Amino acid sequence: MSDTANPAAGISDEEEKSRRDFLIVATSVVGGLGTALAVWPFVHSMNPAKDTLALSTTEVDLSPIEEGQSITVTWQGKPVFVRNRTAAEIETARSVKAADLIDPETDEARVQKAEWLIMVGVCTHLGCIPLGQKAGEPKGDYDGWFCPCHGSHYDTSGRIRKGPAPLNLPIPAYEFLDDSIVKIG
Amino acid sequence: MAFKFFENPVVKWVEYRMPVFSFLDHSLGSSYPTPKNLNYWWNFGSLAGMILVIMIVSGIVLAMNYTPHVDYAFESVERIMRDVNYGWLIRYIHMNGGSAFFICVYIHLFRGMYFGSYKEPRELLWIIGVFILLAMMATAFMGYVLPWGQMSFWGATVITNLFSAIPFVGDSIVTLLWGGFSVDNPTLNRFFSLHYLMPFVIVGLVVFHIWALHMHRSNNPLGIDVKGPEDMIPFHPYYTVKDLFGMGVFMLIFMFFVFYAPNFFGEPDNYIKANPLVTPPHIVPEWYFLPYYAILRAFTTDFFLYQIVSLGGFLMSAKLAGVLAMFASILLFLLLPWLDRSKVRSNRFRPINFWFFWIFFLDCLFLGYIGGKPAEGSFIIMGQIATTYYFAHIILIIPIVSILERPKPIPESISSAVTAAGH
Ligand code: HEM
Ligand code: FES
Repeated sequence: MSDTANPAAGISDEEEKSRRDFLIVATSVVGGLGTALAVWPFVHSMNPAKDTLALSTTEVDLSPIEEGQSITVTWQGKPVFVRNRTAAEIETARSVKAADLIDPETDEARVQKAEWLIMVGVCTHLGCIPLGQKAGEPKGDYDGWFCPCHGSHYDTSGRIRKGPAPLNLPIPAYEFLDDSIVKIG
Repeated sequence: MAFKFFENPVVKWVEYRMPVFSFLDHSLGSSYPTPKNLNYWWNFGSLAGMILVIMIVSGIVLAMNYTPHVDYAFESVERIMRDVNYGWLIRYIHMNGGSAFFICVYIHLFRGMYFGSYKEPRELLWIIGVFILLAMMATAFMGYVLPWGQMSFWGATVITNLFSAIPFVGDSIVTLLWGGFSVDNPTLNRFFSLHYLMPFVIVGLVVFHIWALHMHRSNNPLGIDVKGPEDMIPFHPYYTVKDLFGMGVFMLIFMFFVFYAPNFFGEPDNYIKANPLVTPPHIVPEWYFLPYYAILRAFTTDFFLYQIVSLGGFLMSAKLAGVLAMFASILLFLLLPWLDRSKVRSNRFRPINFWFFWIFFLDCLFLGYIGGKPAEGSFIIMGQIATTYYFAHIILIIPIVSILERPKPIPESISSAVTAAGH
């Protein structure tokens, strides 16, 4: 090493070595960091594109939906369940203690108007669409919705009561434009 | 024979510049010594390699007529089936080739377990094999999405949603996988791109697999090390011929399915075009994923194993536990060389482990059966018992048996075993 040290400049072997160590570490860190950062555009290119992201909203006319009936509308490519609940369904949904539930939430917190239950119809387990929208479909042990994929039971408020799903069916952002028109999204 | 070949001037010219022929001769030729007692279970590695080639060739031709777009994918596959010359043949080869690939690799893997091929000094060879299995699974999963039938769509939905179980970042990861808010056109596009790429990644892994194999060479049914030249025969012509014979038998069976039962392994629902608003009543993955699917579904809130691993539901949801268990069911194989403390490789000399091996094998088959049944009633309980046994076997039974068991006496050498048997 001594021949690479620079006696003329008064730099000893020791100093020369630590100077090189510093340079190696510094270049490695900068180079490594730069490469790591360069990965991001490639990863992010796989995230939703701008056109996919462009906020979409769906307007639903509630007037044809009679008490005890449901319809399914599409919003952002996902099904949204809109149900006109019967008094008995509201009653059962409100008679359970929220604290006893898998995902504690009161029925009041899940609706804007008691009779209109509006939620994303995608099972929070692994994304199947629960049954129970149409007459004759199984509604599960809690008379709400039943996901046949791995057996999740949802109650009349769309809350998970039994099975592998961890969360209640999600409530999308929505507002009533007037008594019978609701805007989802 | 080999001698004359290497005296050929063209061969000499090439050899001097790049010793490719002697490389092949040392890898698969008369200069590659191989244990002389390999049985037919040793055919499945070369069979898997042949299928990999078949998959790549048939896949590349399919891709020439396939359109990765949600509006055309299903129709383009139907066009391959009806209008493209021999399109039906090529697609049925590719479809059944996927199943054949898994059959061979699963036999190959259980062969390794039975004869203790994963043990010192072949641990790395085994580990690379586990990664090949994982890469195959990713490839087959994405390939199954491409025809865009109902099972394609809902299988993709369920499996990608698995990642939403990851705490905090789960939902962002799922969105990243989808490129949107549900399985849709961006998802189909990237799956096609990756489905084209992955087989070549597998080829790369296979190169490493073979490299590691050639370091310490094949294990054998006795599981003992070769002692000298008397225990070995050259790979060529003995095993080249045996492998080719195996390929012939395999092709007869394979082409029987392609010609006479092409949809035997498939799901009729996948001939219905994907509909994002209707979940089929009974979603099942391809047969080769059924055991893992059963493990995934076994984890419900009341499953005692879930209660244990989550400390009574405190640590994680049943969904996350199911997902982790499913991945663990394969990743634990990576630890097998260290979980099994027995120095004896072959189960021929392990009187207790022998039985546990077969019970485990039946347990895997049973999990596959459960995975294909709806998650209700007694199927849930049976799935949970089989899942518990699966993990108990790997984590408890293997180490404990390997410590307590007294193996039978092992033969002196491969040759002496053969002579003792009176040959
Ligand atoms: C490791 C090897 C491979 C495996 C395990 C595999 C597996 C699969 C599977 C299971 C399917 C669905 C079959 C169906 O139900 O229709 C599929 C479809 C497809 N694969 Fe592959 N594949 C492999 C290699 C390749 C390669 C190298 C290509 C080349 C581009 C390719 C191109 C395609 C295409 C275009 C389809 C859609 C057409 C169809 O569904 O028949 N595959 N693959
Ligand atoms: S997706 Fe609904 S229970 Fe699994």
